[in-house]
Amino acid sequence: MWKWLHTYADPERAYKLSGTLLPWFACLAIAFIGLGTTWGLLFAPMDYQQGDSFRIIYIHVPAASMSMATYMAMASASFVGLVWQIKSADWAAAAIAPIGAIITFIALLTGAAWGKPMWGTWWVWDARLTSELVLLFLYLGVISLYASFEDKVLAARAAGILAIVGVINVPIIKYSVDWWSSLHQPSTIKITEKSTMTNEMIFPLLINMAGFGLMIGAITLVRYRAEILARNGMRPWVRELATAEEAK
Amino acid sequence: MQFESFAEFINMGGYGFYVWLSYGVTFGCLATLITLSVRKKRKVLIEIAKKMTREQRLKENRGTKS
Repeated sequence: MWKWLHTYADPERAYKLSGTLLPWFACLAIAFIGLGTTWGLLFAPMDYQQGDSFRIIYIHVPAASMSMATYMAMASASFVGLVWQIKSADWAAAAIAPIGAIITFIALLTGAAWGKPMWGTWWVWDARLTSELVLLFLYLGVISLYASFEDKVLAARAAGILAIVGVINVPIIKYSVDWWSSLHQPSTIKITEKSTMTNEMIFPLLINMAGFGLMIGAITLVRYRAEILARNGMRPWVRELATAEEAK
Repeated sequence: MQFESFAEFINMGGYGFYVWLSYGVTFGCLATLITLSVRKKRKVLIEIAKKMTREQRLKENRGTKS
């Protein structure tokens, strides 16, 4: 019944399918981020406590929540790769890791630039900030493990185990503001109850979160395609592409 | 529109430095990541093409010796 799924594990089909999906992801991402950022910067009402500094939220929260979602995506791909030995899943995990690292770095930096005017300090060693920093190190660990083996099957196994073990950190980040007292404010978006923000503030935020997700998807597809080519250099269809590229 | 003038928009109610630092670094990082990712495909293909030429040369040399 699930046999149709396996055909997408074929590198050539995966390469072509991601090529078809890429323009959709890219265009939607640009539209969402453009709309969300313009709305957030220009039209959302000012926060009565934090003034205009709260406008950092429109990149900080999307980056922070997507840094966790991206980690889960990478770990799931690694899990599929480890358990069912599907190489395309390993390549997907390898494609995602650098993107996650950049997004996590953005979440940390925008958090620092928001913390300085609001808390009076760029950094504190509290649970939320420290666990997010650990997430960055996990990404860097996965990237370096994957890069340090010549044999990429072995490399993907080593990096995959680290990625899966590191999943424990994600709920710690998520619930750190509830479990420990923290300088970091609790989350403003609530799924089950009413959010603590007005709609005019929250819509651009949700749009930007969707936009960041789509953008991460688009960059993943770009890197995934390059990774497929790099791992299949012996195959005739890749060699044809290489000859065509060299002639350019 | 929340701002009266462009100067006010840049000033961000006194938080201009922090807001624009955040947005600047974010879009700078993302632009770098996207550029490197897009260029990677060509880099990989050129490398494969070079490897093919090397293999081809090895094969030819072996042919002349025997």
